[in-house]
Order: sequence, then structure tokens, then C-alpha cells
Amino acid sequence: MAALNKSADAFEFKLPSVSWFSRYGNIVALVILILFNLLFTPNFATWQTLNINLTQVSTILIVAIGMTVVIGSGGIDLSVGSLMAIAGAIAPLIFLNNIVQLPNIYVGVALAFTIPVLLAGLFGLFNGWLITRYKVQPIVATLILFIAGRGIAQSFTDSNQVIFTTPEFQFIGLGRLFGIPVQVIIMCVIVATAVWSVGRTIFGKHLLAVGGNEAAARLAGIQVDRIKRRVYFISGICSGIAGLIVIARNSAADSNLVGLGVELDAIAAVAVGGTLLTGGRANVLGTLMGALIIQLVRFTLLANGVPDAAALVVKAGLIVLAVWLQRRVSA
Amino acid sequence: MSTVLRFMRGQGVLVALLLLILFGAWRYDNFLGSFNILSFLRYNSMFAFIAFGMCFVIMTGGIDLSVGSTAAMSSVIAAYLSPHGLLPSLMAGAGAGLAVGMLNGILLTRLNILPFIVTLASMLAASGTGLLIAGNKSIGVSYESGFTEIGQGDIFGFPIPAWIVVFVFLFGSITLNFLPFGRNVLAIGGGEDAARLMGLPVDRVKFTVYSLSGLMAGLAGVQLAAQFGAGQPTEGVGWELFAIASVVVGGTLLSGGVGSVGASLSGVLLLGLVFNILNFENGMGLVSLRAHWQSILRGAFLLIVVIVQSRLALRARQRMQSS
Amino acid sequence: MSNLSPLLRMEAIDKHFNGVAALTKADFQIARGEVHALVGQNGAGKSTMIKILTGAYRKDSGEITFDGKRVEFASPEEAQNSGIATIYQEINLIPYRSVAENIFLGHAPQQFGFLDWSRMNHEAKELLRRFDIRIDVREPLFAYNTAIQQMVAIARAVSFKAKLVIMDEPTSSLADHEVDTLYGVISQLRDAGLSVVFVSHKLDELYKVCDRVTVMRDGHTIATSEMTKITKLELVAAMLGRDIQTVRREGQTSFYGTSHVTDYTLIKAKRLQAGTKVKDVSLAVRAGEIVGLAGLLGSGRTEVAKAIFGADQIDAGTITVAGNPVRFREPIDAINLGIGFCSEDRKVEGIIPEMSVRDNLTLAILPRLTRSGIVDEVRQREIVNRFIKRLGIKTSGPEQKIKELSGGNQQKVLLARWLCMEPRLIILDEPTRGIDVGGKADIQMLIRELADAGLGVLMISSELEEIIEGCDHAFVLRDGRTVADLQRDALSEIAVMTAMAQGESTLDGRFE
Repeated sequence: MAALNKSADAFEFKLPSVSWFSRYGNIVALVILILFNLLFTPNFATWQTLNINLTQVSTILIVAIGMTVVIGSGGIDLSVGSLMAIAGAIAPLIFLNNIVQLPNIYVGVALAFTIPVLLAGLFGLFNGWLITRYKVQPIVATLILFIAGRGIAQSFTDSNQVIFTTPEFQFIGLGRLFGIPVQVIIMCVIVATAVWSVGRTIFGKHLLAVGGNEAAARLAGIQVDRIKRRVYFISGICSGIAGLIVIARNSAADSNLVGLGVELDAIAAVAVGGTLLTGGRANVLGTLMGALIIQLVRFTLLANGVPDAAALVVKAGLIVLAVWLQRRVSA
Repeated sequence: MSTVLRFMRGQGVLVALLLLILFGAWRYDNFLGSFNILSFLRYNSMFAFIAFGMCFVIMTGGIDLSVGSTAAMSSVIAAYLSPHGLLPSLMAGAGAGLAVGMLNGILLTRLNILPFIVTLASMLAASGTGLLIAGNKSIGVSYESGFTEIGQGDIFGFPIPAWIVVFVFLFGSITLNFLPFGRNVLAIGGGEDAARLMGLPVDRVKFTVYSLSGLMAGLAGVQLAAQFGAGQPTEGVGWELFAIASVVVGGTLLSGGVGSVGASLSGVLLLGLVFNILNFENGMGLVSLRAHWQSILRGAFLLIVVIVQSRLALRARQRMQSS
Repeated sequence: MSNLSPLLRMEAIDKHFNGVAALTKADFQIARGEVHALVGQNGAGKSTMIKILTGAYRKDSGEITFDGKRVEFASPEEAQNSGIATIYQEINLIPYRSVAENIFLGHAPQQFGFLDWSRMNHEAKELLRRFDIRIDVREPLFAYNTAIQQMVAIARAVSFKAKLVIMDEPTSSLADHEVDTLYGVISQLRDAGLSVVFVSHKLDELYKVCDRVTVMRDGHTIATSEMTKITKLELVAAMLGRDIQTVRREGQTSFYGTSHVTDYTLIKAKRLQAGTKVKDVSLAVRAGEIVGLAGLLGSGRTEVAKAIFGADQIDAGTITVAGNPVRFREPIDAINLGIGFCSEDRKVEGIIPEMSVRDNLTLAILPRLTRSGIVDEVRQREIVNRFIKRLGIKTSGPEQKIKELSGGNQQKVLLARWLCMEPRLIILDEPTRGIDVGGKADIQMLIRELADAGLGVLMISSELEEIIEGCDHAFVLRDGRTVADLQRDALSEIAVMTAMAQGESTLDGRFE
């Protein structure tokens, strides 16, 4: 008997446990996806493909970073898509001199970069104000702008599409710096800033505390309301930036379409990335991976002839799987 | 006192509703005409179904984001089966919705994942499935089989869908007030852990509630196909949020435990009236209010209701602490 | 008590949580028609036993026999249907629903499948009348105070035709006359043949209403005896695991040493009124002094502490810190003046579960470690390591998630959170609750050391021994009012308990 057991041990092959998967599942998934594509998708290992994937993911990721911070503080932001639309609607009005005649195009573009983004941030503050002053639940509070915000965006252009060719502005969507698309650079800067903020600054620690245990945070002297308002401001800023990039890329601002459905994509990226929706954790790099995974899955399916609609079903399955795995880790 | 509270909550919406109706009647001709009223009721029946299901879900303290996509998917399925007659397509459409709801319920209770995530995922899945089945295009319904009757027909001059809504809401109200299941729903929303400790079948109730929501979405989808003559896989966007807004406007607390089926119906009517009035305003030709004002006004309504609710909730919380 | 076989027998019950043993071969037996007390310090295993019995937890091993049958309850529903009802300390009812509905939820009277509201209301009214409670049963539960809510919970148990009623700290929020009503109810239940398990830390009550007592400690059953055959001192000794002679000699806590009270008044609160729980409270703490705040549960001690700390608003009264009047709007205002507050409920108001020990420990002191928004991690780590060593916090490292630590060690981290701020005054709400005997001793000695070094301590404690042996000075609260101001020599068990039980507010004029 003893001899038998020994030889059984010698050949034992240990499969990774479920909890191992929960921790490293994202990396594994990413690696598998990349390998799969290298093998089966023509032209995958090209700069062009990388380019396409990165640019497609950049706007969602920028919004998702803002969303990560909001969710980390215990809230949620459904208004991001509408805020993107608002920013995207106002910008052309500025640099096309439709509001006020500006001295030269560079002033227009500079203003078009700052004003819409700040405005989106202000709308974010409105969300924060509702939540802190009136104790409205984040879902409901941001629902208001979700509903009304797009209408506000549409009112600027009467729901008409605005087409333009303004290379100085569209630089952020179509231009490149050292061969890398500008929007990817912006995305990287935002990701880096977020990672550093959450990990090293007092603001980051405070927001995690607020999301983790609001009552305890308050008793420890943290200004909970201020933190909450700030995270919604940040989410608004991110949405604003993303909105500008989208219209720059498309050379058109269609307030009916800009940012449509982006809130769900952002939340999905955050969830797959490992940030708990209940708050207390803000895994920015995880969100990056979550967004990349979702993007890669979509790309893989499309490149291999699977209809876009099926990708939706796969995305859904991914989300459930990812969240379920994470719950097993934290349990 | 509880009856007073409940009354007050339902009151607010009714008052607003009445005011809007009076405003419309005073300002526009034909506002109270049978054509407007009946077509308004017919159109909004779809949202009423969804709001009904959502109301129950929210009362348990949960949320269902998948109803819009489920409706779209069901409309496609119903459209496909419409040549075979009313009953098969109705059963198929409603059944598809029920299936989604049951899936939500199972994932929710067995895997213990937040309703927000589970229904977010099923929203994507249902949308994708609907698009796949329909091949990314609208599917026309057959007019010979009598399918469209359920959407476009009348009984005693009143639209059939409106009749169905009335029955459903009546049944729901009776369930909520007089059947153990209904009381369990409210108890769970009021304190899930306490409910569990009190021995209530929490998981079973949740499963039922989400299945019901799916079924309602399926019915709404059948209506969509029957009323507009085509199954549309791209419709349904934002329906779930419209339903949530209606339920909240109607006075049901998003945190669960308190709610009224009738008030949710009033919420649907209220938000629907905003659209209706805007159309009339445009028709008058004096001011041209574009469709986007509809969103802004609805958002504004929600804002007002939310602030009022928060004030009431604060007062109720103070009263609870002082006892 | 009858001679029939016992109603309930729990034998050799084991239960582990994450590798830590909560129960080891624990036994418990109760006869029919008996009121049986279950006592033990926090962490002794009483709650775990109860939760296993009622189906909220599953045991790892052992046997449970109820009413002659072997049982294994998989859910509270099953336990309830078998005749075991539980009245929890936190009222586990539904606040939004009416009284009648709460009583009958799950088994309401029906007519053709529809709920019969009129019969439900009528029967609920009848049930409560038996307990001498006459209220409108149609009103929502939250409209009534905790005492009534507890009676409703008991009425619910009775309505289920329970054979065994478990009461977990039932008198914690009751006033005197309400407690008497409860005793009456319990006697009624016993006369009707029901058995009652009475879990309480208030030893005097047990002697009034219970027939037998079982003592638990550290997950084991230590002793079972008839109430008449065991003295209070013997009970305490069994609960603490100390020899009777030692207890008599050394006292029951680890507060040794002499006091170093100065004359410098750190904080003085006069005629405080805050919310509904704090009606007229006055107290003062001097540097180097350990001031105890005693009182029954519900007397408003935690609320006073929170009001002083700025966590709750003050409606009337004044607070002076070092002679200067202050008005705190938020805790940060109090913190900036050198006050710290370690709250009672770690889970709800203390720890940030997902964060590390390091981040939890330095949570309050972060602003001092920050320059232009960035946290100085070197200084942070230094502080954390210093306090881990000083308080003997058992952790695998500063980066370990705090939720993985034991309750006692979590409490030490929270204590460190305030101590590292070097406050002048620290308010401690039940600092040794839920901590094992060894940990308790550590913390008690630490508090004494801190006071000796000049810190002022305001300590809320439900353990009389801590108040009497550990404090230089104690204020007793009753129903939100200060009813006694006891200095060292006047500080005795009798004095404190008398004040808690019967004290009138006698401080007007005497307290300046």
C-alpha cells in the first residue's frame, strides 16, 4: 500500500486551484487571448492591429478609470455617457467660432480642450452634490443626468450632427507623437496618474476608506462628503476628455450617439478588473486589464468572422465569470 | 400612521399626474379626446409591464437592468413566430422573457452575485441574442395570423394592451397586500437578514421576483412587435432606466421594503405624459420643442421627486431613531 | 421542571471558523419547562452555540437531540418550524412592516389563500395583551421603542407555538418595569411548559428568573449548576477561569498600580443634550485620570461619547477643552484638538476591512504624514512597526488585510490608530469587548500606562470590574442623565450598581 501511494505522488500533477485562478485569472486570460490571436488571426502581430485595439479601447478605458475611482469610494456613475455627449457637443461650437468669434484657431482649440472638460467636471459635481447634500443613492442621482444630460447635449446642436475638419483639434484623436497615437498617450498618462494617486496620495487612501467603511472613515476624521464630491468631479473630467477624443476621431459630433452605452462598458471593465462594486477597492491596473480583455475578446471574435452580436453574449459571460471568481477570493 | 404614509406617497404622484392632465386639457385641443387617450394608453402599456416587474424587484431591494434588452429579444422571437398565430407567438415571446428572468434569479441566488452585475450581464446577453436571431435587422410580423390583435386591437373600445395592464396591476396590488408572497417581497426588502432569520424563503422569493420581471419584459416585447409591426432587436435601450425612474417617481424606495404597485403605474403615466404633452406643444406650432426636451424634462421630474423623497426619508429616519 | 427526558441535548459540538476553534466538544442540555441561563464572556462560544442550534450555522461535529429526535437544522426556517424560536439582541424584525405583520410573517392567518388582515390584527392584539401591552398593532414597528419591539419578538415566538425560546440579552434595552414584565412573561412561558434559554451577562437577573445555569469559556462548557447552588463569585470565577481566592484577592482585572491624576482638567461637559438618548449629562476628565462611564445598555454612554467627539450634534449644553469652550461640527475638529475616539463596534465603525493593517493603523494620522498630498511611506512604516511591537499585535505583517486578524488584534490596531496621534484625551468605548482574557489584560495594562504618562482616558465599559478597579473616577449614566459622580473611595460595586438601578439625577449645583 505504501509503495503504491508513493508512486502515485511521483506522478501527481497539481492543477491550479480555483482561488489561484481568481487572483491571476486576468493575466492568464490576456495571455491566452494574445496567443490565440497570434496563432489564428492573420496579421495580428502588426503595429496596425495593436494600434486599432489600443485606440478602440482608449476612450472606454479613460471613462472606466474615472468609474473605478467612483466605485472605489462606494458609489457609481451612470451619467458618464451623457457627459461625454455634452463635452462633445460644446467643443465644436467653440473652435468653429459658433459661440463667439475667436482671434485664431489655436485659442479656439485651447478653449475647446478646457471648457468642455471643466463643464463635464461641473456636472460631475452636481452628481456629488445630490449625493452628499440630499443623501440620494448614487444610482438614482446619476440616473438624472443619464436621462437629462443627453437631452442637454442635443439641445446645443438641435440634435444635428456637426461635421468638421479641424486638424488642430483632431490632433488628440487622429494625431501621433513618436508613432504612438495621442489618445493612447493620454490614456497612459491618466492610468499612471490614477495608479499613483490611489496608491500613494492621501486622497487615494481616503477614498478607499470611504468606500470601505464610511462610518469608520468619518470617525477617523476624514471629510467624507468632500471626498465623494471630488470623485464625481474626477469621473466627469474623464468623461469630458473621452468625449473630446471620440469626436476628434470621428470628425463629427453627433450628440445622439457619443458615449451611448459607455457606462455599461466602463462598469464591465471595472468589474472584470477586480474592483468590487461595493467599494473599498480601486484596482486601476485591473480595470486596464479588464478593458483590454473585453476589447480583445471583441476583436478576436470579429476578426474571426463571429458577428458583433455574439460578442455581446460572450462579454456577458465574461463579466459573470470574472465577478464570481473574485467573490470566491474575497469570501 | 403607516396607511397615512402610504397614502401620502401615492398621493404626491397622483396630484402631479392630475395637474399635468389638467394642464394638457386646458392648453391643447383633443388632449382629452379618445384618440389621444387610447393611443397614449396603448403605447405606454409596454413600459407599464416593465415597470410592474421592476417594482417588485426593487421592493426586494434589488434591480433588473436586463428588461429593455429582454423586451427587444422577445419582440424578435414573437415576430418570427407570428405567422403561426397569436397564442404561439405570445407564449414564445413571454416565455423567452421568463427564461431570462429565471436565469437572472438562479445566478443571483446560487452564485451570490450582486443583482446589478447579473442583470447587467444578462442585458448584454439578451441584446446579443436578439441581434443574432434577427440577423441585425428588424423582423416584420405577419398580419394574417391575428397576432397584431394583441397590440392593436380593442375590446369594448378600450385597447387590449391597456386591459392587460389593468388586470396585471390589479392582480399585483392584491398580491402585494393580501398574499403571503407579496408580504414576503416587502419583508425581504425591508431587511434581508432579518427576513432570513424569521424563516422566510428568501431565495425562492427573489427567484420568483426576477422571473416575474423577465416575464413582464417578454410581454412588453410581444407588445412592441404587435404594435409596431416588427420585432426590433435594437429597441429597448434605456427602457430599464425609464422603468426605474417610474418606480422611483411613484414613491417606491430604491433601497426596498416600501412600495406600491399603483404608484408605479402612476409614475409610468406621469413620465409618459411628459412625452405626450411635448408632442402637443410641438403640434401647436407656437414653440418648437425638440425631442431632447423630453429627456431634460423627465430628468427634471426625477430630480424633484428624488429631492422630495430624500427629505421624507430623512424625517422618517429621525422618527425611527427617536423611538 | 419535569422528570421527562430533556427537551434539548447538545453533545460534543465542534465548530471552526477559518481554522480557529469557536467551540470544542461543547455540551448543553435543557429540561422541559425550565429557564436555563447560558453565560460566558464575549468569545466564550455562547452565540455560536445558539446560532448552530437555530440553524444559522452548521456544526462541524457533535449531536443535537431536540424533543426526542436527532436534528440538524439547515436553516432558521427549519429550526423555527421545529419549535425553536429566537429573540435576538438586535431586533431582527422588519421595521417598515406593522406590528401584527411582524408577529405573523411567514404564518399569517388566511382565508381562501388571501391574508386575513382583520383576524391577524385581532390575534396580534390578543397575544400582546397577555403580556400587558396594549398598542395599535397596525402601526409600523419602527414607531415603537426597543422594549415594545422586543415584546413583539417574543409574541412572535409564542405565536409559532415554540417549545424552546432562546433569548439573547433580552433586557439590554429595557427599563426596570419593563424588565419585570419580561420576567412575568418568562414565567408564563415556563408555566405553559416551554423552556427558555436566557443568555445574559447581567448576573443579578439570572438569579431572579433562572432555574439552572451553564457556564462557557473559550469554546468549552465549563460547568452546569442549579442557580441556588452556585454563588455569584463562583460564577464569575468560572467565567474568567480564575481561581476564586485569586479573584477575591487581586480583583478581576489587570488594572494595577497607583494613579497619577493631575489637577489639569482636559475636558468638561456640562448639561449636555444631544438627540434623544442624551438628556442631561455632565462629566469631566483630568490629565492622567482614567474616568469611567458606567450605565446599563441604552443609558446613552456611546451617544455621549459621540457627541463629545463631534460625531453627533449637540442640542444643548457646553463643552470646554482645556478651559476653552468648543463646538465640534465634525470629528476632525475634535481630532485637531488632541482628542481620539475608539468606537465600540469594530466592524461597523472601526476597521476598513479591505485595507491593510498599515493603512488602518495610520488612517487618522495620515494628514500629519503627508506633504503636498503624498504620503511619506517611510515614516508611515516606522510608526506601524513601532506600534505593532508596543501593543503586541499578532499579524503576519503590516501589509496583511485587517479583516484577517482576530478581534482582539483588530482592536489593538484601532487603539494604535489613536495612540499614534499622541492625543491628550482618548475616549474608549468598550475597549476590551470581544477580546480573550489575555488580550484584555494587555489592553488594561496599556491604558494604565498611558494614564500614568499623562493621557486622559474616558472609558465606557459594561464590565463592572473594569470600572471599579481601573478607574480613578466614574460617572454613572441612567436613561441619558448623569446620576452619580464617584471618586476613588466612593467607587464600589454597590455604589455603581445602585446608581445604575435607581439613581436620580442629583447633580444640579453639586457639579461645577
